[in-house]
Amino acid sequence: MREDRAEMSEDEDRALDLGGGGPDASNKTESSGGSCGAGDSPSPFPDQVLDNVLEDVLRFLTSRRDRNAVSLVCKSWCMVEALTRSDLFIGNCYAVSPRRVVDRFRSVRSLLLKGKPRFADFNLVPPNWGSYFSPWVTAMAAAYPWLEKVYLKRMTVSDEDLGLLAHSFPGFKELVLVCCEGFGTSGLSVVASRCRQLRVLDLIEDEIMDDEVDWISCFPETGTCLESLIFDCVESLVNFIALERLVARSPSLRKLRLNRHVSIGQLHRLMVQAPQLTHLGTGSFSFSDLMVQGDQEPDLVSTFAASKSLICLSGFKDILPEYLPAIYPVCANLTSLNLSYANINAEQLKPVIYRCHKLQTFWVLDSVCDEGLQAVAATCKDLRELRVFPMEAREDIEGPVSEVGLLAISEGCRQLQSILYFCQRMTNAAVVAMSKNCPELVVFRLCIMGRHRPDHLTGEPMDEGFGAIIMNCKKLTRLAISGLLTDEAFSYIGTYGKLVRTLSVAFAGDSDMGLRYVLEGCPKLQKLEIRDSPFGDSALLSGLHHYYNMRFLWMSSCKLSPLGCKEIARRMPRLVVEVISYRDEETDDAVEVLYMYRSLEGPRNDAPKFVTIL
Amino acid sequence: MEGTVTFESDLNLKATELRLGLPGTNESEKQTPPSVRSNKRALPDMNEESRSKNYSSVTEAAGHGDRETAPPSKAQVVGWPPIRSYRKNSFQPKKTEADADAEATGIYVKVSMDGAPFLRKVDLKVYKGYPELLKALENMFKFSIGEYSERDGYTRSEFVPTYEDKDGDWMLLGDVPWDMFISSCKKLRIMKGSEARGLGCGV
Repeated sequence: MREDRAEMSEDEDRALDLGGGGPDASNKTESSGGSCGAGDSPSPFPDQVLDNVLEDVLRFLTSRRDRNAVSLVCKSWCMVEALTRSDLFIGNCYAVSPRRVVDRFRSVRSLLLKGKPRFADFNLVPPNWGSYFSPWVTAMAAAYPWLEKVYLKRMTVSDEDLGLLAHSFPGFKELVLVCCEGFGTSGLSVVASRCRQLRVLDLIEDEIMDDEVDWISCFPETGTCLESLIFDCVESLVNFIALERLVARSPSLRKLRLNRHVSIGQLHRLMVQAPQLTHLGTGSFSFSDLMVQGDQEPDLVSTFAASKSLICLSGFKDILPEYLPAIYPVCANLTSLNLSYANINAEQLKPVIYRCHKLQTFWVLDSVCDEGLQAVAATCKDLRELRVFPMEAREDIEGPVSEVGLLAISEGCRQLQSILYFCQRMTNAAVVAMSKNCPELVVFRLCIMGRHRPDHLTGEPMDEGFGAIIMNCKKLTRLAISGLLTDEAFSYIGTYGKLVRTLSVAFAGDSDMGLRYVLEGCPKLQKLEIRDSPFGDSALLSGLHHYYNMRFLWMSSCKLSPLGCKEIARRMPRLVVEVISYRDEETDDAVEVLYMYRSLEGPRNDAPKFVTIL
Repeated sequence: MEGTVTFESDLNLKATELRLGLPGTNESEKQTPPSVRSNKRALPDMNEESRSKNYSSVTEAAGHGDRETAPPSKAQVVGWPPIRSYRKNSFQPKKTEADADAEATGIYVKVSMDGAPFLRKVDLKVYKGYPELLKALENMFKFSIGEYSERDGYTRSEFVPTYEDKDGDWMLLGDVPWDMFISSCKKLRIMKGSEARGLGCGV
């Protein structure tokens, strides 16, 4: 789970300093960098003193917002800030080039880089669209030999990239890959064997090719610094004996998330080796077909009882529900529980959840039904984040969770900050109730899976419900809307959504006014993704004043024309306007996908044939 | 920064100057700050209409492979609901309440064979009777079991299939009717040699 990767799922982003080109390399730069505190000339010049002091002070500034603000004060501050910034956040890999980054920032130790738009997760972006890590790792290999941490989200990473990374950064410590693809177990093996200081290897929701390389065996034989090893998304088998030995020689290991090929018996053996774990992904939580002769039925209950530090539990990928009670001993300490792969019903959930008084993050399948959610509401008074995933992602069925579950949660979990709720039917009343009961809501994502579905009791559109959320939840920054929605809903968002940074729209709205309300009314809007909604060129034009403030705009299957998009491109030179086509032939019909984003670099040179940059 | 910077007397006021332009830029003639800094709505004529631009049309892919078409047909809806595909494929649809109790998830028991290093797991519900089960076991462990007779048990082979029942007793496979067997069997063991003799005489 990503609860501790605040940076990765954070909606926050301060605008990149668009005007900030790299400072010229000059004598001034060299000397102020070199004489930091050393004073090798008799009397330091006034500006050097300033810079030295500034450097020392700025080292304390870690927030990128603060640093961006500092860099705007004057040239001197901009330069010193650039020299001392060690953590780099790049929300869109195409907004700025590796060259420019490397020229400006000289002492980067940590890079966070995001690539594809989020709708790529749902197959709306054709393969080979872009977001390649290669140019970045190449540039950094030369410029930042002391690089320690790389976090990538929705990037295309190759085995060669991983090889270059492993060979270029001797002090490399943390690699976190989220929703990435393009590499396989051979790339992992190079990282494992070459990065001797590696503390964190987190593979989260990646697509990793099975090169049939035993990467687990590639870690240093003499002991590792590993603190976190997350590989629950790896589909291929791992060498269990090697894994067991790895865990045994990794005394600092605190986080371990296993993939679905690790059986419950194997889990038991690993837990015995590592009772100090704080975060555990349990693998399949089921038998494997093959078990070693002589294995007793694993005494899981004792093992869990011995894991006194466990606060975060996930996995359960093929769960045998009769083994779930084994986790009872740790429930009282759990702050995070992910059962979103566990096909269990309310009766199976209750004895677990009734013990989880401290739970703050809970991910679950809708197989637990409204009744299961009522049990959650009754016990988890400190719940901050809830995600309810559908077992059957279809539109035409009854569905096991509804407004009943949502209402119960709103009444029981008053501290709720973030919710993602998939359902088939919903009412305005329940959503309104949540808006009043949960004033701490920052993220509200409701997905009524039936398209254009109204309030199932009143037949009304869902405008009032979402309107209430935007009006009453004063801290709301992220919103995803669904169900039958008219322009009225957008009017609410434009009027009250002054803090909204991320908005997801699907199958909603009546006319251009809908989009206009949002573009004209939401000054903090950063990320706007829209699909299958009737918004056209004139709506698009109403946002010209704001597009440079945004990270991106995505509009697919709307009513845009090539002419309208060209007009935007003409009027906003710092915007890259991509038209993505699903079909082979060029057409003057409606634009299928518009993806546009601010950038210092102009059109990218790695765009595939199906992308037209206007 | 200026190219030639003198340290001797110059306080380098330019570097510490506070001005409206962004510090990173060097051109002093830049008239309009980019609207990123302003929350005000920019008038259209501020948007550099007179700047000449390079329009790049379709750019060739730099050897990144052929595009694969992902055309959403009008009838289907690609990417809806917004669930990642590995979640969509994770589950079989749940049976209805009525079925759930009756069907359950199969009856899994462990099977071990003397001398073999690995255990196996079988779902007894899959088999209709003893012959099928025995055949499966033979295939699984690569041995031959011969025939079963009520009087003599398994005489033709040195392997004898046995099972542990609910009471903890070790029984010969085939002694009780199949339905009774699958409801009482806790685990299977294929014994070898003399150990098995004593079991040949029924319950």
